[in-house]
Amino acid sequence: MKAFAQLFNELDASTATSAKVEALKRYFAAAAPADAAWAVYFLAGGKPRQVVPTALLRALACERAGIAPWLFEEAYQAVGDLAETIAHVLPPPTAPSDVGLAEWVEQRLLPLRGTEPLEQAQRIARYWDELDTSGRFLLTKLIGGGFRVGVSKLLVQRALAEVASLDAKVVAQRMMGYTDAKQMPDAARYVALLSQTTSGPAEAGQPYPFFLAHQLEIPLGEFDARLGPPTDWFVEWKYDGIRAQIVKRAGSVWVWSRGEELVTERFPEIVALAAHLPDGTVLDGELVVWKEGAPAAFNLLQQRIGRKTLTKKVLADAPVGFIAYDLLEWGGVDQREQPQSVRRPLLEAAVRGAPGIRLSPIEERTSWAELAALRESSRERGVEGFMLKHRAARYGTGRTKADGTWWKWKIDPLSVDAVLIYAQAGHGRRASVYTDYTFAVWNRRPVDAAEAQAVVEAIAKREPAKAGALQLVAFAKAYSGLTDEEFRRVDKVIRANTLEKFGPVRSVKPTLVFELGFEGINRSPRHKSGIAVRFPRMLRIRDDKPLAEADTLQTLEALLASGHRTAA
Amino acid sequence: MTPADDLVVQRPEGLYCPPGNFYIDPWRPVDRAIITHAHADHARPGHAHYLAAASGEGVLRARLGAIDLQTLPYGEAVDHFGVRVSLHPAGHVLGSAQVRLEHRGQVWVASGDYFVAGADDDPAESNATCTPFEPVRCDCFITESTFGLPIYRWAPQRDLFADIDRWWAANAATGRASLLLGYSFGKAQRILAGVDPSIGPIVVHGAVEPLNRAYRAAGVALPETKLVTEITDKASLRRALVIAPPSVQNSVWTRRLGEHGDAFASGWMQLRGARRRRSVDRGFVLSDHADWPGLQRAIRQTGAQRVIVTHGYESVMVRWLTEQGLEAGAFSTEYGDEKEESAEVVLEPAGA
Repeated sequence: MKAFAQLFNELDASTATSAKVEALKRYFAAAAPADAAWAVYFLAGGKPRQVVPTALLRALACERAGIAPWLFEEAYQAVGDLAETIAHVLPPPTAPSDVGLAEWVEQRLLPLRGTEPLEQAQRIARYWDELDTSGRFLLTKLIGGGFRVGVSKLLVQRALAEVASLDAKVVAQRMMGYTDAKQMPDAARYVALLSQTTSGPAEAGQPYPFFLAHQLEIPLGEFDARLGPPTDWFVEWKYDGIRAQIVKRAGSVWVWSRGEELVTERFPEIVALAAHLPDGTVLDGELVVWKEGAPAAFNLLQQRIGRKTLTKKVLADAPVGFIAYDLLEWGGVDQREQPQSVRRPLLEAAVRGAPGIRLSPIEERTSWAELAALRESSRERGVEGFMLKHRAARYGTGRTKADGTWWKWKIDPLSVDAVLIYAQAGHGRRASVYTDYTFAVWNRRPVDAAEAQAVVEAIAKREPAKAGALQLVAFAKAYSGLTDEEFRRVDKVIRANTLEKFGPVRSVKPTLVFELGFEGINRSPRHKSGIAVRFPRMLRIRDDKPLAEADTLQTLEALLASGHRTAA
Repeated sequence: MTPADDLVVQRPEGLYCPPGNFYIDPWRPVDRAIITHAHADHARPGHAHYLAAASGEGVLRARLGAIDLQTLPYGEAVDHFGVRVSLHPAGHVLGSAQVRLEHRGQVWVASGDYFVAGADDDPAESNATCTPFEPVRCDCFITESTFGLPIYRWAPQRDLFADIDRWWAANAATGRASLLLGYSFGKAQRILAGVDPSIGPIVVHGAVEPLNRAYRAAGVALPETKLVTEITDKASLRRALVIAPPSVQNSVWTRRLGEHGDAFASGWMQLRGARRRRSVDRGFVLSDHADWPGLQRAIRQTGAQRVIVTHGYESVMVRWLTEQGLEAGAFSTEYGDEKEESAEVVLEPAGA
């Protein structure tokens, strides 16, 4: 645990990629394989299910530290992280130990699950007493299921590859599914990651690392100069579903999500379709709920994933389809080094042989302007815009540009001007800075600036709004889109204009108008405004906009009416 | 005891002693001001008459220039309109003092900022650059609460300075300077007194050196320091520890250091979020303020039944003290920073 805590601190402290890779290499070179196996699991994003409820951790920490729950909450508000708060309030350790990571996880943490709460508390108290602050922090993160570290999977792969003198892509493929919850990491699996013998096309259901696209953010006028003619590219619609790979080998089908989770059992209809693919085929594509000849809203798919048992009704209400857009293995041969222009006809051949699997259509136009015009129909089609894949592009690993380029050319978000009315401090790096905001629009257009100001003054005096009168109605929360500099500025305004504190939330005298962007808008009986927006974020602070000119519920209604719904 | 008998009350100008007709660390210009220590938020310019601890004269003059200053050795008393005033070490920075007031049998102590670490009295944990905090018995104690939350416990100084030394030595071994950011007055000298000068040369920013001179003149032993302009052999910079105020971070001043590691020394570095917001390679938890156990101990040792909390986590401290059976209240002061931002490192209170 000490070595892993040391590694965590080094990764956490540094922002330099080279320093992180060096720290990882030092750790892997020295660690026992059984410990390293778990380190890779956690660093690559593996999360064991939460073993102990956080309420128990809080209560136990208060008891051990001899402080009242209210004081613990005050401390938590200042720290912004539960595990870190616990690590700091506990008294110094009295029985320091240095037990390896594997033993910690396998012999101590995992057995906690299902143990009687009283026994859990006794054991955890003993464990805390063996560790220093950073060890306690990590342990508590692991117990609570909230471990995260500032290192990408690509960096972990790079470090492992350098330690074992392997190609990072080989390590990447071997690591696919490593963090899947159904398999436990162990020394043998770790050793296999670094094995010097190359094992040809992956055995069993092993998928390939996903190739990820970059956001295209250049004006249309520069497309020709920067991208060349559209004929160099495959232009496809960008679907709003779950990215997935279908692996068909040795008579069996595996479905892997982009999160490297094996989701085969959740999609029996896909398994049935994929059974018609020849052995030695791997397809890349998108899982979407397909209804009435078009992709349905993402939230239908989300609800479907949430279902534990797939009844006939669930399958009928939210039938899932697979839109195939790439082919990674064909005839048992890895095709990723082939250009897109070769992979595409192979993909078409593969899909022809498996009716029911949908082929992602290609849109061919002679100019970028025509494509841009076509892209405007994205919302009606229930898609997010276009994907551009260069004909010469190989299928890369992760979000790299070394192997060729995929661009996502998304439609501009919908936007409204809204007023900040509540704020809450963020977590982690943003602890103690007010970064999470609630926004409101007017329930009707104010007659003039004076009427709007009167409402603001009434809010400042905590006068409840009169029924039917002009008022601000909350409709969205957002916490991203501003720079650190802008957050600091808004934080100051919030502190200076705080009206009331409700636990961590402050009500703020309305003074700031923001342009909020979002991807879609739907009716929602659960929201006070009757409206829910998808992926809201701040596009900019509208210092130029007086409060009275912020948008209204009618603006939102108009967006709803004009069919700007989230693919529905 | 009625409020009319209170020896210290809050006025728009600052904390005021009615029977003595003087202020303690006022933030607006007044006739008579007792200054607890020379940090900018406590020692402001513009008062007609100043009273401060004798050992703080050098640093106070270095900061405020020509002022009408009367000094008092620790423990000696003067009488002012029937109020017996004496100053007692606070352990925060050179010349920092608690103000003891005695009037008609009542004793009040205003702490200013003070440094006491840990639940037990351990001489190894006191600030080496000034006289250690001395508990003073009183009826009412006016205490700071900069780090008044149970998450703030300082590690043993020995471990902390060993950490700084290791970081410096590791940088020196790879041929890059070690830029350590910390407040020019107090923090910088504490670092100087704590590190191992055999690792390499020590360079200080121009804002730090005048304070070093004042410390040395007061008899505080500090290792040899140079200004960056005095470094003739540029190669030696690559083994140097460079101590500078936080404001130089990412400024052009740092360019002359060449490739360097950076770190920040402050009590706020206890929290991961604050460390990450600072975006330095390392955060060293070095504070000149009492930690949570230190605050508890200091308050207990005064024997005071009444405690008034100033800057920091006042409401937390007041509630905690009330639960301990003490009569507790708060003064709203302009010390430190806007109080809500005390967890911020962006606008850091002096010397935190």
